[in-house]
Parts: sequence; structure tokens; C-alpha cells
Amino acid sequence: MSKPADVRRPYVRPMAGWWRRDPFFMRYMLREATAVAVAVYAVVLALGIVRLAQGEAAWNGWLDALRSPWSLLLHAVLLVAMVIHAKSWFDIMPKTMPMILIGGRRLAAQTITRTGWAASVVASIVLFALAWWWGA
Amino acid sequence: MPEPVTTAVKTIRIEVLRYRPEQEDAPVWQGYTVPFTDDMSVLQALQHIKDELDGSLSFRWSCRMAICGSCGMMIDGKPALSCQTFLRDLLPGPVRIEALANFPIERDLIVSVDGFVGKLESIKPYLIPKQPRTLAQGEYLQTPAQLEQIEQYSSCINCMLCYAACPQFGLDPGFTGPGVLALLHRYNADSRDGGRDQRMAVLNAEEGVWSCTAVGYCSEVCPKHVDPANAVNQNKVNSAKDYFLRFVSPRGGRP
Amino acid sequence: MKRSNAPIFWLLFGAGGMLSALFGTVLVFITGIAVPLGWPLPADLLSYPNMLALAQHWFGKGMLFVIVALFAWHAAHRIFHSLHDLGLRTGALAKLACYGGALLISVVSAVGLLSLGF
Repeated sequence: MSKPADVRRPYVRPMAGWWRRDPFFMRYMLREATAVAVAVYAVVLALGIVRLAQGEAAWNGWLDALRSPWSLLLHAVLLVAMVIHAKSWFDIMPKTMPMILIGGRRLAAQTITRTGWAASVVASIVLFALAWWWGA
Repeated sequence: MPEPVTTAVKTIRIEVLRYRPEQEDAPVWQGYTVPFTDDMSVLQALQHIKDELDGSLSFRWSCRMAICGSCGMMIDGKPALSCQTFLRDLLPGPVRIEALANFPIERDLIVSVDGFVGKLESIKPYLIPKQPRTLAQGEYLQTPAQLEQIEQYSSCINCMLCYAACPQFGLDPGFTGPGVLALLHRYNADSRDGGRDQRMAVLNAEEGVWSCTAVGYCSEVCPKHVDPANAVNQNKVNSAKDYFLRFVSPRGGRP
Repeated sequence: MKRSNAPIFWLLFGAGGMLSALFGTVLVFITGIAVPLGWPLPADLLSYPNMLALAQHWFGKGMLFVIVALFAWHAAHRIFHSLHDLGLRTGALAKLACYGGALLISVVSAVGLLSLGF
């Protein structure tokens, strides 16, 4: 006669919708979704390069398209996505680095994240300043 | 004679996902009302159920002090040790308890751990000396800095909460996973160890570090602050080095 | 256990992710908002003569290519893994669509930039 313990029928629970089960996973999916914005922007730039190669008329057409309300709205969304990407990137950056000891003390994850942010701010200011100077 | 003062016993509702393969095809929820005191852990609530209300409830536990790693389960949707989770933090209830996520359920709150144990064995979780060493040579000396490199990773109690937290393990059960990879790193990073080459194959495989997408929830739920996310993701660099430098040098650029 | 080829794509993903984390926001702002609106940068900043000069200079050409290509490879890797996260079967077709797309964007940009000469 088989006892209850003899019957092994492991039950596997479905994974569907796993990321909706916890706010942590939702934030992760949002982070991953920023890649779509990066892809869209790469396509926009690539298109610009193609138009530039096609001559002045084509290039001016591309500039006109950038001035349309739809394009402005799109880029506003892309801008928000880029900020979310940058934030989540520097948040996870410490996890990708080995332990760093400075004078016997561990370099804190927070320090690494803040350094990344600072670099981003400096890079943005420098690029903006270059653009300003170039256009002046 | 004055009337005795009666005080109502405070209670809390506990809902457990039951599964008895000999009598049902799929898990079912079952509720119990358990007396509540401020100092009770979820484990104590389960023990009350088993002792007083329903002896058929099955669950793993041992030390009651968050060091044996036996009592991991999903408590209100989050991976936690039941001995270290307190009812007072889950008021007013009901408290929903389910077997550890991403693992097959054997019975009630008991999951199948065979895969995990097999993976532990696969990474050679022991010191492999760089050179043969005799007793006469004495013990290895380690500086505090060298100990710092490995100490947190050696704190793992094999509770598998990180596996319940990891969606990549849930989607691909062949993934070596956070806990085992953290243990692998613990040995590679030990100044006394020389077995790195023997562990690279595990790291370099798709089921090694490359299944990880840095969700990071594993480190959030770890009761011992091992930070497996860090162990796995810093080894992506090591694996990448090994991938490219194997053409340049037979030792893959390793010292 | 078989060695994975992931390191190639992961390094491209990392480089593109770092570049976009540092410069993505300001680039989107400049090209997509500031210049089209004419404020706070002049509307003629990206005029044809200006852009031609930039794209014909070896440094400008290189910079434009690196930005477009690395952004594309970063996105391809992450999108590929997101498809897997959503439960879709990520076999050869998904790899072709994602990484093939990045390759296409890279090649189109390179050809376009090179055709402008020096």
C-alpha cells in the first residue's frame, strides 16, 4: 500500500505575469524599457545621417520634421526615458564592480552612484557648452 | 466578590497555500485563526497550526534563529525566513504564506531542492591550494583586507531566498543562480585558493553569469547581506576577460 | 558546460549604456528640443553647413558613428533580454531581429558618414 509520502508530484507554478507581482520587478521592467527609447533615438540619428548624406534639401526636411509637435512630444518622452536610464544605470553600477578598498575602508556603493551622476552632469554641461560655443 | 476581568485573546488570520499530491492536482488556499502575541514569528504561527489546529501542515524549519536556512518561504508575496519574520509587522493580516517561489512544490511549504544541491556541488565549493602544502608549513596567513574580500560571500546559509527572488532562475531553472555563484566567487576571491581555472567553465556558460540581467532583487532579500548580485555581476567582467584574453594568452590574462 | 558568446554583446551593451547614461539626456535635449525650438540654443546650430563640417571632420564623423552604433547595440541587447523576460521564446529569429537591427543601424550610419567624405 502506498503511503502519502510515496506519491511525489512536484507542482510547478506558472511564471506568466511574474513582473506584476512586486513593485521591485515593475521598476526593473521600467528600467529595461528605457532601451526602447535609446533604440528610437538611435534610429532618429541614423535617419538624420542618411538625410545629411542626401544633400541640403533632404537635411532641411529632416530639421523641419524635428520641429513638428509630434517630434517635440516624442523627444520629451525620450528625454524622460534617458533620465530614468541614467538613474537606474548609476544605481546598478556598484553591483558590477569589485570591492575597492581605499585606506583600508570599502568604497561605498552610494559613492560610486553619486560619482556616476556627477560625471553625467559634467558631461552634459560640457557638451551643452561646446554646442553653445559652436553655434555662437 | 468582584467579577474577574476577561480579556479577549488577540488573533490573526493565516492563509497557507496547501498542496497534497496524493489528494489534489493543484495547490489550494486554507485559512487558520492563530492567537497573536507581539513576539511571535511566522514560524511560531505555523508551529501553532501544526501542534493545535492541523497536524497535516508540512514545512521545514530547524534553528529558529536565521542561521540554518531551512525555513524560507513566501510571506505576503516576498521571500523571507519564517523564523525571522514577525506577525506584528504583518498586522492586521491575513498573512498569506506560500512555498518558496520558482521552485516545484513537493508538499505544502516544502520545495524541491535537488537542483540547488547539484549546483552547489558543481562549483567545487572548497579551497583548492595553489601549491601542495604540508602541515609543517603551518597555517595560511591572511590580512584583514584579504578577509574583507571574501567575508560577506562566506555568510551564505543556503536558504535559497535569492532563488525565489530571481526571475531569471524562475524562467530558466538551469541558471546556476545567485547563491551558488556568490559561493563560487567566495572561493575564487580567497587569497588561499588556486582553483579559479577549474571554476571558469561554470562562470562562462550561458547558465553561468550570462543568464543574469542585474535585477538585483536577490541582494534585497538576502537575510545575511551576502550581496549575490554583486558577486555575479563583477564576474561578468572576469568572464569577458577570459573570453577575449584566451586568444592572447593561454591563461586568459589571469596572473 | 558550453562557453557563451554573450561577452561580445555585453561589452557593447555596457559601452552603449555608459555613453547614453552620460550623454543621452543632453543629446536628446539639444537635437530634439533646444534646436527645434530655437531656445536655448540657436535654431541654425544644426544647419547644413555646420553639420556637413562636423560630419566631414574625422573626429566628428567618428563621434557620430560611435554614438549611433553604441546606442543601437545597447538597446538591441537589452530589448532581446526583455523579450525573454516577457516570456517570449528568444531563439535565432529574436537574435536576428535585435542584433541584426543594431547591425543595420551601424552599417547605414557608417555608409552615410563615409559617403560625405573628409
